[in-house]
Amino acid sequence: MKNRRVLVVDDSVFARKNLARIVETFGGQVAGEAGDGMTAITEYDRTNPDIVLMDITMPQMEGIEAAEKIVGQHPEARIVMVSSVGYQENIVAALQRGARHFVQKPVKPEVLYEVIKYVLGEDGAVASAAGAGA
Amino acid sequence: MKMELIQPFINAADAVLAQGLQSPMSIGNLSMEQEAYRRKGVAALVAITGDIEGRIVFDLDPETALRVASHFAGGELPESDDLVRETVCELANQVTGNAVTTLNDQGFHFRVHPPVLHTSEHGPTNTEDTEALVICCETDRGNVFMNIALRYNVQLPGAQTAAAAK
Repeated sequence: MKNRRVLVVDDSVFARKNLARIVETFGGQVAGEAGDGMTAITEYDRTNPDIVLMDITMPQMEGIEAAEKIVGQHPEARIVMVSSVGYQENIVAALQRGARHFVQKPVKPEVLYEVIKYVLGEDGAVASAAGAGA
Repeated sequence: MKMELIQPFINAADAVLAQGLQSPMSIGNLSMEQEAYRRKGVAALVAITGDIEGRIVFDLDPETALRVASHFAGGELPESDDLVRETVCELANQVTGNAVTTLNDQGFHFRVHPPVLHTSEHGPTNTEDTEALVICCETDRGNVFMNIALRYNVQLPGAQTAAAAK
């Protein structure tokens, strides 16, 4: 994932810093940050990242809705949901609405790294919007 | 409040705090709180609505909050730093999120709301059906208190069984 540009979306500054640190540890770049779903959509348009790390529970607009809107406008968008709430309905809803994978908090850096590589197709596989799952 | 509601929070706190602080966590005192909630230091509240309703407050005395946040930040933070409060909110979010994931697997459905900083000295007085349990999580950075007040909003088959067995 060297030099891949990542948009980090989470309403928690603490969580954004943590995710940014993991991304940079593995050679990625933080293209932008957003604290809610609405801002995520505009930041996606502005930064055109390689991949988005998106929280689910956020004020104003939740992550699943934001993911759906981004994928609606950018079908090629690669979005990984990163949330502490990891029950099946949430995961299925996220995948059905355009996310490509799901990682549960607390995030293990090596797990996130493998998921990002997988979604970016850097591990030899290509994650499709409908088929890749947690 | 039934143990089937509490155990997932204990397990989640163990997982989140032990992984985050890279040291074991143990459970100290458990006590029922009859009086109105009284804040100890830096506190974050997460509300839950749905089949189970209520709230969880994470509360750390200021020194513990600073040590915990500094550990996560990878360096010493000033006591007034917003990141100290942010850290407590995110820990509350992660523990609650992991706990409700387990409860969801048991058939309960609900929504977790974003954590909010709890700034007032006192909280609402607990009613009989939302009595609060205070759990002290002992870590090598200090004690993390979870104040849990939850009640069943619907009578699910599992809840009825548990109630009958009580």
